[in-house]
Amino acid sequence: MGIEGIGARVVRKEDRRFITGKGRYTDDIVLKDTTYAAFVRSPHAHARILSIDTTAAKAAPGVIDVLTGADLAGDRIGGLICGWMIHSKDGSPMKAGAHPAIAHEIVRHVGDQVAVVIAETKAQARDAAELVEIDYEVLTAVVDPAKAQDADAPQIHPEAAGNLIYDWHIGDAAATDAALAAAARTIKLDIVNNRLVPNPIEPRVAIGSYDEAEEHFTLYNTSQNPHVARLVLSAFVGIAPEHKLRVVAPDVGGGFGSKIFIYPEETVCLWASKKIGGRPVKWTSDRTEAFLTDCHGRDHVTRAEMAFDADNRITGFKVHTIANLGAYMSTFSSSVPTYLYATLLSGQYAIPAIYAEVEAVYTNTVPVDAYRGAGRPEATYLIERMMETAARELGVDPADLRRKNFVKSFPHQTPVIMCYDAGDYEATLDKALAAIDYAGLPARKAASLAKGKRRGLGFSCYIEACGIAPSQAVGSLGAGVGLWESAEVRVNPVGTIEVLTGSHSHGQGHETTFAQLVNDRLGIGVNNVQIVHGDTDKVQFGMGTYGSRSGAVGMSAIVKALDKVEAKAKKIAAHLMEASEADIVIEGGEVKVAGTDKTMAFAHVALAAYTGHNLPAGMEPGLKESAFYDPTNFTFPSGTYICEVEVDPDTGVVEIERFVAVDDFGNVINPMIVEGQVHGGLAQGIGQALLEGVTYDMESGQLLTGSFMDYTMPRADDLPSFEVSTTVTVCPGNPLGMKGCGEAGAIGSPPAVINAITDAIGVRDIAMPATPSKVWAALHGAA
Amino acid sequence: MTAVTLNVNGKRYSADVEDRTLLVQFIRETAGLTGTHVGCDTSQCGACVVLLDDVAVKSCTMLAAQANGGSVTTIEGLARGDQLHPVQAAFREHHGLQCGFCTPGMIMSAVDMIRRHPEGLDEATIRHELEGNICRCTGYHNIVKAIQSAADEMSALPAAAE
Ligand code: FES
Ligand code: FES
Repeated sequence: MGIEGIGARVVRKEDRRFITGKGRYTDDIVLKDTTYAAFVRSPHAHARILSIDTTAAKAAPGVIDVLTGADLAGDRIGGLICGWMIHSKDGSPMKAGAHPAIAHEIVRHVGDQVAVVIAETKAQARDAAELVEIDYEVLTAVVDPAKAQDADAPQIHPEAAGNLIYDWHIGDAAATDAALAAAARTIKLDIVNNRLVPNPIEPRVAIGSYDEAEEHFTLYNTSQNPHVARLVLSAFVGIAPEHKLRVVAPDVGGGFGSKIFIYPEETVCLWASKKIGGRPVKWTSDRTEAFLTDCHGRDHVTRAEMAFDADNRITGFKVHTIANLGAYMSTFSSSVPTYLYATLLSGQYAIPAIYAEVEAVYTNTVPVDAYRGAGRPEATYLIERMMETAARELGVDPADLRRKNFVKSFPHQTPVIMCYDAGDYEATLDKALAAIDYAGLPARKAASLAKGKRRGLGFSCYIEACGIAPSQAVGSLGAGVGLWESAEVRVNPVGTIEVLTGSHSHGQGHETTFAQLVNDRLGIGVNNVQIVHGDTDKVQFGMGTYGSRSGAVGMSAIVKALDKVEAKAKKIAAHLMEASEADIVIEGGEVKVAGTDKTMAFAHVALAAYTGHNLPAGMEPGLKESAFYDPTNFTFPSGTYICEVEVDPDTGVVEIERFVAVDDFGNVINPMIVEGQVHGGLAQGIGQALLEGVTYDMESGQLLTGSFMDYTMPRADDLPSFEVSTTVTVCPGNPLGMKGCGEAGAIGSPPAVINAITDAIGVRDIAMPATPSKVWAALHGAA
Repeated sequence: MTAVTLNVNGKRYSADVEDRTLLVQFIRETAGLTGTHVGCDTSQCGACVVLLDDVAVKSCTMLAAQANGGSVTTIEGLARGDQLHPVQAAFREHHGLQCGFCTPGMIMSAVDMIRRHPEGLDEATIRHELEGNICRCTGYHNIVKAIQSAADEMSALPAAAE
């Protein structure tokens, strides 16, 4: 372990460049002869393109070319794809409409790209974009997922009749209906999970560059998974075969899911670079474009019913959800409201029968895909709002009701695919109850009341699934990719190390935690380890970072490669020190013969591997190993969050007084980084509960919350200091015993906040975001 | 076109720029200092904060011409050689950054905030003062801790702060 090993709060290695302004983000890259792209975007939510006149734009100063969807189609550039096949109840495959990188004939949401101007400067490109004249025939739009299948709703894609993409289900309908029929009590709940904009502070950027001599493309972009981008752009969009396309994602300024997906602008910049003769084409999104084109998150409308027996044990849970996927199916959108959502509907509870139906629909809105948590926040919000509501209506303590129904023995097979491997839900609940001083709540409520305020407390006992896997299982469920990770450990002749990883860091601190792992094994110090990621020319292949997978999956691949490196180093050392391989141990940067004083520096062994002067007979020189790791199961982080709020009944303002988060992430590499991940997730979850929400004009389909002026991002004075801590049950599924911590905060927190507010003001439900005006209206019966 | 001369981090930059050129564009494109970031187009996020004549400004909200003749400090100009400014050091020590994109603006705002509050800072004041800076990664928890710690350190050692 040591001061730079596993479990240590090592200050981040990557920070120095960020705090001195030396980070290298995509927009900081200016290639020689760069040209700039500006997109002409649809002002209408749904319209037919009657004509496009680019004459004036083409004649404008500095303009190199103006390209349209017809040009793209003419060059036989393929459309974007959704990489997870979902089948409907009747066995039919999902109905995916075409998604051209530039709209052709029809635009389907405000912001859909209609043309692109390439010019010498960004300002010239933007000026000329204003001169592109487009005639539209405006069509009726639908933005509400609950209305997308109405008879009078417009048809958005010819492939999806009634705008229904799929009508999927999971679980046992008959058993669940029987449980509901036989129940002592049933609790019904209608829940809306609001639509959110991920808004990483770095906007998306793409630079496409074509080398005519080599017939080779390079894409610099703000991606969480550059290899997947290359795969899609090669195999489906058809830009170039993989060996002729390099994708580089340098420092990336946050993603939260929104930078997983393959976006139209990447295709356009690559294609346009070739079209204009090989000069690089750069596009930098502004924030307005980010609101109009980055995939949004959530947007579920759900009706659910839970059955309890006379002893308040859950006997069944039935769920019907409509999921809005927006105007086009984004890269992984289909998996979010299905396998990432409904498979978690058992929560932390032993529920014998579950049945869920999910209808995914097209609407004239920005595409919806994974956003921090992806499906699991929707499941958690539903279950934990349901548990709190049930406790109130059954007249029992909400902590007691949860405790009674907790899964208590592992492994636990739920009725919805997941098999929970390890956990101790009572431990996190008990720790959180102690931290918040639950026993003191009545006195605190009375004190608030005496001041004219209303105090409330809300629980959320979440479970989530990280490190989505194994490849064979997800393949059988429709995934178009495997979900393993790769690593390569290169020991240099001087004994320093490069780790090439298919994971990608965009804030998570991999350069530090991954180096801690190597140091833990070899003891060479984190500063002798370099983590290399984000470049398809350097790293052979990888699946990238999302779904809290980089610890449990990405680091496990490094462990496997390190195992091989150690094994070879031990063979070499045994040979050099004339000892038995079994007696060799590696620690503190030394390779030793156990029980003797024989030792040599790890660097010495490395050098010996490369000089090749004296190696065991038949051994290849060099010390470099790679590994692919495919997990055997998901990991299941869990925890208890408790939020305590004080509401001012005169203004409806909600003050978060305390927020206690107790998480079980299994083993932790760097507690400082893990806490930071929880803080960030909590801010996003509290943002969803109190502040954030997308509003569209229902008639015109205009995005009304299209800037930071209209869409309320959580700011420092909206949030409290968080009280975070952990408990540990070791994950048996991977060599490090880790579970994943990147999304828990965003998954667990929204129901805790809403449960606290509804407790404070004595209402059954309040829609997120619970703004002061909504809270005030709920309190004063003026909804 | 307008002739603009600016002193950025002690170095003089002169250029003829389009009238509409923003200060942040001058810094990033003319001076080539890419530590100052652009996170929005409505003057909300604070990723672009620099010091102009020692006062924090959002460099996306000002024309380069308006700053003509001024002296700009960007994130690149804060450290003295290898010696980090106390605010930079505190952000690192307290894990006040994750992706690092908001960080330059956060640090420059914090430097300005500490200068304006020689009496010291408490948590509520720091949180309130940060209303012009958005961070999507950290939940602000560790940013607040970092600023608090830097403010405490700098008020204890007033000479070291400048
Ligand atoms: S870029 Fe200046 S405030 Fe956002
Ligand atoms: S550290 Fe990523 S936005 Fe603040």
